[in-house]
Amino acid sequence: MTLIAIVTIFILAIFVGIEVISKVPATLHTPLMSATNAIHGVVLVGGLLVLGAADGPLMTALGIAATLFGTLNVVGGFAVTDRMLEMFKVRKRSSDK
Amino acid sequence: MNPDITNVAYLFAAVCFIVALKLMNSPVTARRGNRLAMVGMAVALVVTLFHPDIKPANLPIIAVTVLIGGVLGIASARRIQMTAMPQMVALLNGLGGGAVCLVALVEFLKTGQSSAPPDAVHGITTILSAIIGSMSFSGSLVAFGKLQEWLPGRPITFKGQQTINILLLVVILALALAVLAFGAATLPVFIGLVVCSLILGVSAVLPIGGADMPVVISLLNSFTGCAAGLAGFVLLNTALLIGGGLVGASGLILTLQMCVAMNRPLGNVLFGAVGSVIASSGQSAFAGRQPKSFSEEDAAILLSNSESVVIVPGYGMAVAQAQHQVKEMAAKLMAMGIDVKYAIHPVAGRMPGHMNVLLAEADVPYDQLYELEQINPLFPETDVVLVIGANDVVNPAARYDKSSPIYGMPILDVDKAKTVIVLKRSMNPGFAGVENELFLMDNTVMVFGNAKTTVTKITSALDKY
Repeated sequence: MTLIAIVTIFILAIFVGIEVISKVPATLHTPLMSATNAIHGVVLVGGLLVLGAADGPLMTALGIAATLFGTLNVVGGFAVTDRMLEMFKVRKRSSDK
Repeated sequence: MNPDITNVAYLFAAVCFIVALKLMNSPVTARRGNRLAMVGMAVALVVTLFHPDIKPANLPIIAVTVLIGGVLGIASARRIQMTAMPQMVALLNGLGGGAVCLVALVEFLKTGQSSAPPDAVHGITTILSAIIGSMSFSGSLVAFGKLQEWLPGRPITFKGQQTINILLLVVILALALAVLAFGAATLPVFIGLVVCSLILGVSAVLPIGGADMPVVISLLNSFTGCAAGLAGFVLLNTALLIGGGLVGASGLILTLQMCVAMNRPLGNVLFGAVGSVIASSGQSAFAGRQPKSFSEEDAAILLSNSESVVIVPGYGMAVAQAQHQVKEMAAKLMAMGIDVKYAIHPVAGRMPGHMNVLLAEADVPYDQLYELEQINPLFPETDVVLVIGANDVVNPAARYDKSSPIYGMPILDVDKAKTVIVLKRSMNPGFAGVENELFLMDNTVMVFGNAKTTVTKITSALDKY
């Protein structure tokens, strides 16, 4: 991949991020923060690459730590977001009013 | 695996992330969005396992590590109380930042082992992701400590703090240049760089008050996103580039939106040290007044004689886990023919939207929740406002007292209602450490005690009327 291709991808991703987020209602800000938090856990891909290519105890130890942190970030983030959003399930408007 | 297949899979993951964020626009589709992001993430991770760099001999250790992390992640996500959500996000964010920093460190060590000529872009992005990742790691941990109340919530300041932060930044820049200039021979310098960044993360977050932590977490979320994106430059990995870029940008937008909700520029949040000067001025017209204390019975009489009630839930209600009791009380009032609304301040709770999550947990229907702009014009016609464990968001000083640290923050104008009942544990100031003269006004009565117990007592007292 050429440098310019990488920079292009990164900058376009930033603009998409701005565009997509500007429309989220305040009600969903907490789940949103938590979901984006889980998405940056994509660094786990980096952790896997590092641990997978590791040779020697130092690299392995660093790789294990990176993978463990990344997994916690991804799994914990998505699970907790799902738990929050489960409570936002659609229900019929209350008839007791 | 063919690199094309890998890249197509990463593209698929990226599309999932984008569509997921799009689906987060509405409560109806938000959960589907989150699930879609999970699918994208799973695809990206599985495909990575087939990367040519990954040695099959290392697969078992990967499996074990991921399994341990996964079990721990799910267990803590299941157990965590909804009230503790902000610190959970802070902690997970810190771990993400730590992961980025570790990846950068390994990449730096690898350049020392390879004979390939150093590449400036690779070097710069490695250094940047290490700096931002470690700042996000230590900063998030401090934010976690403050929210968890392991650290004092009020700003921790000392003389010359800003100077030290600027010095740290200069040292970090100098070390970064040294690493760039002398390359892989500079492992101690690189370690020094990481250590200085960790310290800067701590010293930047310490002076920020507990009430501003959500903004800080959101900003650090954006930081970790950027760091992950930069790690994408280092590893030439499109999944990291796009995922990181998306979160970096969205986190920043979210941060700025929160600042708008509090009517404070971001710089003021970060460097203003709110609450460090507690308003101890005796200039208040209410100085020396004592609050009127009511019993739960009296409060029940007031409520039952009203036609319209607005409930203002705050963090105190969340801490006492009183949302279910509040909902029961509201149901009883509605059964008596009284109009009940909930007023939700944009920063109620400790995170924007936090209160909505808590009330959704208690099955409070959406159509009873009113936002600040909708409810404020209705207060003058409201008979009783019931403030449950909220403080700073109903402090009238925000409207006129320029010396108040929360001056300018849009508040719920509850003082304009005919009667205000405040349920509170004690007269202690709120999270921002500011006195609230609402409690001393003529139309305000206080019912002291734990929100859950008080609301339960009021509800049972309502039966008599």
